[in-house]
Amino acid sequence: MPMALIDLANPSRFLAFAERALPWLAAATLFAFAVGIGQALFVAPDDYQQGATVKIMFIHVPSAWLAMFCWGLMSLAALGTLVWRHPLADVAAKTAAPIGAAFTFLCLFTGSMWGRPMWGTYWQWDARLTSVLVMFIMYLGLIALWRTVEDPARAGRAAAVLTLVGAINLPIIKFSVDWWNTLHQPASVFRLDGPTIHPSILVPLVAMAIAFTLLFVTLHIAAVRNEILRRRVRSMRLMQAHAQGG
Amino acid sequence: MDFGPHAAFIIAAYGAAVAIVAGLIIWVVLDWRAQKRVLGDLEAHGVTRRSAELKESA
Repeated sequence: MPMALIDLANPSRFLAFAERALPWLAAATLFAFAVGIGQALFVAPDDYQQGATVKIMFIHVPSAWLAMFCWGLMSLAALGTLVWRHPLADVAAKTAAPIGAAFTFLCLFTGSMWGRPMWGTYWQWDARLTSVLVMFIMYLGLIALWRTVEDPARAGRAAAVLTLVGAINLPIIKFSVDWWNTLHQPASVFRLDGPTIHPSILVPLVAMAIAFTLLFVTLHIAAVRNEILRRRVRSMRLMQAHAQGG
Repeated sequence: MDFGPHAAFIIAAYGAAVAIVAGLIIWVVLDWRAQKRVLGDLEAHGVTRRSAELKESA
């Protein structure tokens, strides 16, 4: 692992890094969204079958990608908590959960808005939709767990176990459209034989995916910074209570 | 910009995206301000962290 990454594992160094990186990341995110939304709304053509509703895809697919990416990131952090007991690992996992839940909800909502005009229904209990709904409920469960257990170290270990159990759902979501007969279409971007989408729609989709990913990174770094400060506040209050008590 | 007969669904999807992203940004910014304020109050009252005390005594 490069030395720079190991340095970031120190909370104080992470705070210094966040202070330097966040303005640049925020600017890059804004620029990426300006390009992505411009491409999605003004350049990408309507689909020959779906018409303008294909524009929902430019939000739906990046949200779905981030929902799964975020759980994958939390799973790596869970290993960091359980195996290496790293102090920043459970901070990273805890702060990723609300962001992941928000993007999973957005994925479900935009899918519903796309499904009604194209499938004739807002919801279908097919394998892809149901497995994503299960992931959303597990995100909410993780957030509830973090809020229920007061001691961050204990909450971190319990959440890490739940996160790794939930990671079993990731391949189920990805391959659900291949393993079962679903109303949801099969994969059309991440395929072994390459994307099946025309470049005129694929390019805006990739631009939006980059913008959403930059947004996630920016929000996550900012949220980790906040959580480090929250834990400092907690530790200072404990010191204060200890000093006052004896 | 013409979204055709299903414009309401497209606008609802983009509206939800804007609302959720704005909500996340507001959450992060307000939380940052709140933590900084509490940390400042504690430091003003002379409360320090154990690691800071150790650094001072070293």
